[in-house]
Amino acid sequence: MIERVAEIQEQAEAEISAASTAAALEELRVQYLGRKAELPQLLRDVAQLPPEQRGEAGRTANQARQSLEAMIDAAAAKCEAAEMSAALADDTVDITLPGSPVEAVGHHHLLSATRREIEDVFCGLGYSVIEGPEVETVHYNFDALNHDPAHPARGRSDTFYIEGDGEGPEQTLLRTHTSPMQIRIMEETPPPIALIVPGRVFRRDSDATHTPQFHQIEGLLVDEGVTLADLKGTLLAFARSIFGADRELRLRPHFFPFTEPSVEVDVSCFMCEQGASPEGDRCSLCKGTGWLEVLGSGMVDPNVFAAVSEHGYDPDTHQGFAFGLGIERIAMLKHGVPDLRFFYENDLRFLRQFG
Amino acid sequence: MRVPIDWLSEYVEVDLTAVELSERLAMTGTEVARVLHHGPVSADNFVVGKVLSAEQHPDADRLRVCSVDTGDDEPRTIVCGAPNVAAGQTVSVALPGAVMPDGTKLGEAKLRGVKSSGMILAEDELGIGSEHDGIMVLTDELSAGTPLSEVFAVASEVLEPEVTPNRSDCGGLYGIAREVHAATGGALSAPPWADDPGAPTIGQMPAGIAVTVEDAVLCPRFTARVFENVTVGPSPIWVKARLAAAGQRSISNVVDITNYVMLVSGHPLHAFDLDQIAGAALTVRSARDGETLTTLDGEERVLDADICLIADADGPTSLAGVMGGSRSEVSDQTTRVLMEAAVWDGANINRTSTRLGLRSEASSRFEKGLPPEGALEAQAMATALMLELTGATLADGTLDVGGDGAGANVIRLRDARIVSLLGTPIERDRSQQILEALGFNVTAADDGLDVTVPHWRRDDVTREADLIEEVARINGLESLPPTLPLNRTGRAGGLSREQRLVRRAEDVLVGRGLSEIVGWSFTDPEVCDRLLLDDDHPLRALVVIENPMSSAQSVMRPSILPSLLDAAAYNLARGAEGCALFESGSVYRSGPGEDGMAANEHHGLGAIVTGPAREPSWADPQPPIARIETAHALVSAVLGALGIDWQVEQGELPFLHPGRTAMIRSEAGLLGWFGEVHPGVASSWEIAQPIAALAIDIGRAAAEAPRQTMFSDLTSFPPLREDLAVIVPAGVAAANVVACIIAAGSPLVNRAEVFDVYEGEQVGEGRVSLALHVDFAADDRTLSDEDVAPLREKIVAALKSELDGELRG
Repeated sequence: MIERVAEIQEQAEAEISAASTAAALEELRVQYLGRKAELPQLLRDVAQLPPEQRGEAGRTANQARQSLEAMIDAAAAKCEAAEMSAALADDTVDITLPGSPVEAVGHHHLLSATRREIEDVFCGLGYSVIEGPEVETVHYNFDALNHDPAHPARGRSDTFYIEGDGEGPEQTLLRTHTSPMQIRIMEETPPPIALIVPGRVFRRDSDATHTPQFHQIEGLLVDEGVTLADLKGTLLAFARSIFGADRELRLRPHFFPFTEPSVEVDVSCFMCEQGASPEGDRCSLCKGTGWLEVLGSGMVDPNVFAAVSEHGYDPDTHQGFAFGLGIERIAMLKHGVPDLRFFYENDLRFLRQFG
Repeated sequence: MRVPIDWLSEYVEVDLTAVELSERLAMTGTEVARVLHHGPVSADNFVVGKVLSAEQHPDADRLRVCSVDTGDDEPRTIVCGAPNVAAGQTVSVALPGAVMPDGTKLGEAKLRGVKSSGMILAEDELGIGSEHDGIMVLTDELSAGTPLSEVFAVASEVLEPEVTPNRSDCGGLYGIAREVHAATGGALSAPPWADDPGAPTIGQMPAGIAVTVEDAVLCPRFTARVFENVTVGPSPIWVKARLAAAGQRSISNVVDITNYVMLVSGHPLHAFDLDQIAGAALTVRSARDGETLTTLDGEERVLDADICLIADADGPTSLAGVMGGSRSEVSDQTTRVLMEAAVWDGANINRTSTRLGLRSEASSRFEKGLPPEGALEAQAMATALMLELTGATLADGTLDVGGDGAGANVIRLRDARIVSLLGTPIERDRSQQILEALGFNVTAADDGLDVTVPHWRRDDVTREADLIEEVARINGLESLPPTLPLNRTGRAGGLSREQRLVRRAEDVLVGRGLSEIVGWSFTDPEVCDRLLLDDDHPLRALVVIENPMSSAQSVMRPSILPSLLDAAAYNLARGAEGCALFESGSVYRSGPGEDGMAANEHHGLGAIVTGPAREPSWADPQPPIARIETAHALVSAVLGALGIDWQVEQGELPFLHPGRTAMIRSEAGLLGWFGEVHPGVASSWEIAQPIAALAIDIGRAAAEAPRQTMFSDLTSFPPLREDLAVIVPAGVAAANVVACIIAAGSPLVNRAEVFDVYEGEQVGEGRVSLALHVDFAADDRTLSDEDVAPLREKIVAALKSELDGELRG
């Protein structure tokens, strides 16, 4: 019997090795290990053998059966994998067809995307982001900011006023800058403060380079011992974050009613080397000057602190800087948008390019 | 203002090129908008000539053949077409090789057979005025061959500075010269008014004229001098050339003198024909409402009581500080001139010129506020020119009402304060040098300098910070070290919670394929009618602009919807099949807002989707059209992201489809709406397809969002899900079915959600079948069928009794 088991095993192993399909292996499984097969029959017959032979014969037959089973399983798994591979190899599609269904992601407007980018720079420097009302009073928009009562910007030709019965400082208008929030915040928060105010502002101007509404970000930092050099360092950090790590900064003295000293801030052009393109042409972005005017700023005028002195701001001990930049201008410079009108036309072909 | 460098050089030494000078000025606070060139490129080959003879051209009636001495060995022949050319004249000649202002290079030419080697010049050929009727005739003292540039400025670079509004002193060349002196170190000449030929007459009243100033606030100073034996005529060529380079037209010697002095001193003057002043008396007063005055430009101006004027016995004769009147204008017949140099209230002049739409060189200077002292400086300079150029004699007396301004302010400039404001020191000697160059008087003090402010900076420099700015700007800001301030606020900064949530809401919409627009805050008041608002609808409480740029932009938008419709219409008209847009921005209603706000503004988040709810593709060629459920899903996404509990409520809004309007309600009240735009509204925007729309008061929603989410155990005991199909009468809201199930299944039913809706024969007419997932769960055990079965019966019973519902199949 032991010899017979060995014969069966040898024969079966040869046939299993030769089988190449899962179906053939299933047949072999039935043939050698099925209920009516010889090997299981031999196993059942072990009980009829003399007791002294049963041990060895049983062990041998059992081992043979387990060995064949394992061999068939392994061969079957291999076959199935090969068959699946073959089937998958035949099952191809054109992977270059577009995705579907189209769940296109939308776009932030370039002005919003730029605003967020700038906000994030100053958030990183520890500034809070504050927003304020767009309909303001003469007091907050002009008086408290040291605006000369005769300043032409207050005129009906420059500023939008709101119909109503407010008079004098309480007359309402559309804010012409985000600066009124300087005063509103200082009235509420004692120094030190560090904040930026993004928002929509309005001026009565409409031509190729002006729209009657536009967007600004105002910055204000007040503490003891704040210097113009601190302003320069802060704006350098801003310029490098927005326009690239190689940028330099240039301060030009200027005049604004609410800062003293006041400076216009230029950033070195990121499209050229000192005004000339690599081909030697005059740079069209900076008009050959090598510098881009990006914002106005300065040290907060002592009169502005005087207007909020009862809230803890002392013109003799507190110093601060303020800056204001146009989001449209930054976006136009950075992305090469040639005309302000694109921002307000809301043409999808424009909107989808950004954000 | 235009600053010819040639003219400027009379007051300050200029060693830089025009471009270098403009860069230096820009870096010290005076932006130069442009550098222009006036006249020919170069003054080479332009000389003085003497006409020796002028004969008729043999073959041309209108040409003369002239023999002209231009200082060479031989006279040269020049053919000239001017009618006034004559032997004995001293003229200006362009020799062959000269380059004319238009760029053409002069050569020798034959004119009707006669060779002409040069050109006798008329004014317009050198860019001086428009005179072309005749050649320029120069004074006879000049010798032949003298370079023309020694006679007058033939060619000059011209700067166009943009003077900041605080620098009224830079409204004249001498003020600019002072800046150049401080910025470059070029030597500054004494001011051209230093010697006043009329000085002895100050304080006496001139005979034959009386002046009354009724309002010293509107007119802080009024000075006048009287000139007799005046001969009005053309100005000499050097005056004309300078005025032309500065952009001023020459009119007559007297008028040119007023302009010349204004361009140098920055202080405007006005010349009256004294014999045209009725009653020989002037009164400075406010106009009467409706009073009229014909100004020099020939326009009749209707005045109001806020306008200041100068009147004589016959009424208004000059618009103070803005423009003279035609009645007392200097003419060829004038022999007696009253020269007025006054100071006017800047704000009032600004108002007048704005109100009348009349801006002049004078008004643009006066509106910045000029110092009273400037009036007599201008008189001094004008007197010298009147005596020199018009043959006039100065009558005794200088009328002066008002006198000088307030005494000089002395300000301490502390070294320590310079460091603390700038972050870098400036040597005391350097500060002193800069301030003295700018005309300040400086004396040493213990801790710095005592600085006396000159009258021309009286209004501008009033505090230590102003002095520091002066010192810093001239010293240069290039060397300022960039440092970062200590941020000692004790706050981390960053976005507020509400701002982060608004960003999140916007990001959700972007993630769902919507593109953000930025619309106008302005709108047309007719938008209320287009939105079909009733007459008393609260959205009609518009914020109205008093001085709009157009009626289409005359009110502030009361809703976020119209700008979205504008953008949709714009894009659909340009071929878009549909669009998915949102906007995040302010909307405005009149009346006081919260927290001291002047108007009722809130931050709105609006969206519209029209056309395919998503873009069609090859595998999804016909996606559903956006309808109310599209808007509903967006609202769910936004408010879900913010963690806000909300419910849908029936509503009514005039601009939405009445059968497809839903209000968004949370515990705190209404947060907004969604639905489909009323077809009548859509057609007003010329949109014919359904528009799904939503609006959320996102400021309020963000404020209301839960501050902090606390953990719930949803994993230890998973829910048991059952699906129910319920047939209810049509018209029963799905939300009511859900509410009924949750109430009846309390406390173990925590969620019920509609996943299918069916209407048709199988459920019978007037009835609808809703299929719902119902989740049963407890937080302390896994539920078994025995737990759920009784609740299920309760639910079925409740649906039957409350909603006339029954289980299907």
